[in-house]
Amino acid sequence: MTTPATPPRLELRHASKRFGEVRALIDASLTLRRGEVHALLGENGAGKSTLVKILAGVHQPDGGELLVDGQPCRFARPSAAIAAGIAVIYQEPTLFPDLSIAENIYMGRQPLDRIGRIRYDVMEQAVEEMLVSLGVQLKAAQLVRGLSIADQQVVEIAKALSLNANVLIMDEPTAALSKPEVERLFAIAERLRDAGVAILFITHRLEEVFRLTQRITIMRDGAAVHFAATSEMDHDSIVAKMVGRDLATYYPKVDVVPGEVALSVNKLTRRGVFKNISFDVRRGEIVALAGLVGAGRSEVARAIFGIDPVDGGEVLVQGKRLQLGKPALAVNAGLALVPEDRRQQGLALDLPIARNASLTVLARLGRHGLISANTERQLAAHWGGKLKLKAHTMDVAAGTLSGGNQQKVVLGKWLATNPHVLIIDEPTRGIDVGAKAEVYQTLTDLVQAGMAVLMISSELPEVLGMADRVLVMCEGRITADIPRSEANEERIMAAALGQAEQPLRRAA
Amino acid sequence: MNKSKHFSWEAMLCVVLIASLALGRGLSPDFLGASNFSNLLADFTEIALMALPMTLIIVAAEIDLSVASVMGMSSALMGVLWHMGLPMPAVIVTCLVAGTLAGLFNGVVIVKFALPSLAVTIGTMALFRGCAYLLLGDQAIADFPGNYTLFGISNVGDSFIPQPFVIVIIAAILFTVLLQATPFGRSLYAIGSNQTAAHFSGINVARTKLRLFVLSGFMSALAGVIYTLRFSSARGDNGEGFELSVVAAVLFGGVSIFGGKGSLVGVLLSLVIIGVLKNALTLSDVSSEVLTIVTGLLLLSSVLVPNLLARWRESRQRRALAAA
Ligand SMILES: Nc1ncnc2c1ncn2[C@@H]1O[C@H](COP(=O)(O)OP(=O)(O)OP(=O)(O)O)[C@@H](O)[C@H]1O
Ligand SMILES: [Mg+2]
Repeated sequence: MTTPATPPRLELRHASKRFGEVRALIDASLTLRRGEVHALLGENGAGKSTLVKILAGVHQPDGGELLVDGQPCRFARPSAAIAAGIAVIYQEPTLFPDLSIAENIYMGRQPLDRIGRIRYDVMEQAVEEMLVSLGVQLKAAQLVRGLSIADQQVVEIAKALSLNANVLIMDEPTAALSKPEVERLFAIAERLRDAGVAILFITHRLEEVFRLTQRITIMRDGAAVHFAATSEMDHDSIVAKMVGRDLATYYPKVDVVPGEVALSVNKLTRRGVFKNISFDVRRGEIVALAGLVGAGRSEVARAIFGIDPVDGGEVLVQGKRLQLGKPALAVNAGLALVPEDRRQQGLALDLPIARNASLTVLARLGRHGLISANTERQLAAHWGGKLKLKAHTMDVAAGTLSGGNQQKVVLGKWLATNPHVLIIDEPTRGIDVGAKAEVYQTLTDLVQAGMAVLMISSELPEVLGMADRVLVMCEGRITADIPRSEANEERIMAAALGQAEQPLRRAA
Repeated sequence: MNKSKHFSWEAMLCVVLIASLALGRGLSPDFLGASNFSNLLADFTEIALMALPMTLIIVAAEIDLSVASVMGMSSALMGVLWHMGLPMPAVIVTCLVAGTLAGLFNGVVIVKFALPSLAVTIGTMALFRGCAYLLLGDQAIADFPGNYTLFGISNVGDSFIPQPFVIVIIAAILFTVLLQATPFGRSLYAIGSNQTAAHFSGINVARTKLRLFVLSGFMSALAGVIYTLRFSSARGDNGEGFELSVVAAVLFGGVSIFGGKGSLVGVLLSLVIIGVLKNALTLSDVSSEVLTIVTGLLLLSSVLVPNLLARWRESRQRRALAAA
């Protein structure tokens, strides 16, 4: 189907884009061909999402040119990009929760009968066929509310296909998916690729790049710095191009002797969500909570922190019983929770970085109960410096930062409370290799200083690389407690899928 | 706080203020005289007292439409209690407590049942106004003791500053500190910008909101007491429709109706501008309908102008870049 003579499906040349004083793109180029999966890689803030938004018609470039099938072209608005066959799937799906899958897919262009009524039967049948062809177990009449993020992404893909899109752009689609869901997504992507669709794929997980993609474009500081076939690259050469230097040890795990128990969870139960959850985390220890997405790990974390209600059980922090249900008390007791969804739960996106950083310590920051903007800025700058936050000033809105830098603001705002126990839910979701290494280094420094860390993570390499102990959850119960020396991928996955292994070793 | 460094809403309000002072001067030679000035200041006492807590509430992305009704209720209650023979200090304290309780009622309903404050306070706007009429019917009570009503109409010493206005100044300072420099005030911006994130940060969102509405109830009752003394008249319909002027002043002051943005400096400027315009138009015998129209136009412009400016700036930037 593809002959060398056909122009690439999509070509962006020397694009630039500024936001006020921020130069998001300086010299971005990209060539996307039919029937390939193309990886777009780069550190946080390198400009990947900005490039995507230009291709999607959300932003207009300040300079450079865009060619579609060899023809110069300009997308003034998203509908122009859609008309050109380009569909974008963002990390957070943007569906209507109270409508059915079929209604979502046909929103605004429902098939009608002669007197203008919607032909639900036609619509649902078409969607049903599409879902079958994608190989997923979803029903057209099902409501979107209650679907997992992975399923919602599939609905978005189906919507793109029904619009006859032959360019599919996915901005970090796998960040919130568990392993089986990633595999399903990849199977769909391969099927589409073989049917001639051009796919642009953004991820921070390099193993996915080798698993799925044929060619690579690497960006650094707003410019495309390297184009290559995936087969010509390896992990280290990609990282070197992305970061511009060689990265030292990736998991800086040190052995610390665990101290006294800092967090003790006893028979914590929330009906229908999790049951009899008991474990301890000691000072100086990183305990990972592994399992599939939906196993109830984040729910446990939220219950410990007092955000979700519980039906039974108790939590002790530093030996003292914590009154559950009040986040403010949890903060005072020395707990910190870096939540999984930073945009919804972690940040006030419209507020400046400084204001976000101070949110958790408002009461302590003041002198005689009064807070000055300068103290706030200093606090933010202090943690920003420690975490290598990339931001113009501490006064820019947190929402304009790239994903990884937003994560650093959330982390910084919690470290500012100087907690005894840090609960961190998906610590490196959506952040680049360099920043990941920094987060790991930070965690290591923190446990060395005596902090207790409970790390919820769906990334097995991270769990194996950083945890002293791995607790595995499956369907609301803890199904395994594996010490570092015995932890491996097979054992964790078996426990996560609920396959019985040797008798369970209970946490004391 | 502003979207852009190149443009501040407060600066623009200053320009508008100067323009409206010039307009007033042009319309009437009496305009800048001392006696007129004290009229002008006295006239916005109540609106200002209610706009202060309203600013905090709107920053937190909530709204309280029942303020004018609480004001009317406290005015009516004042008349009733005075006629029952209570001494004046007890009357005033009771009215303030009643207003605070009305605010507490708003807050509890909004927080405990997780209801939108817009809906709840539309309801209590009617409810409290109804209570006001129930208390006094359509009669007016005017025989308040002279030393109290004198407070309402006299100035501080020989200056042109009316005594009630001193309360406004003190309250404005307290509220500014409260909003800009205390943990409570800071958490309002966070709540208005992203309530979930505020909750996850250990901020007690429910308690904060409850306090806001209590504060608003207290200030509205205070406005009712002062209004009653200034006009020496307790009536059930006192302050009817004031909630619109209050909300208009807050929004014109640059506070975002979506929450999370705005400052009290802007709101205070906007109050002065509205006061000046009203006064200038009254002096030149313009009808009250025109006044209403002007308020409406101000409100519209406060929503439209920043929007238009942002678009203009963006297109200019793009043109500059295209030329480069
Ligand atoms: N609307 C905006 N206003 C101001 N700056 C912005 C805006 N959008 C993006 N930026 C800035 O542009 C730069 C590139 O951001 P972009 O989101 O494209 O990065 P990214 O490569 O997608 O990073 P990540 O991997 O973290 O998602 C960043 O410095 C970011 O702060
Ligand atoms: Mg991005």
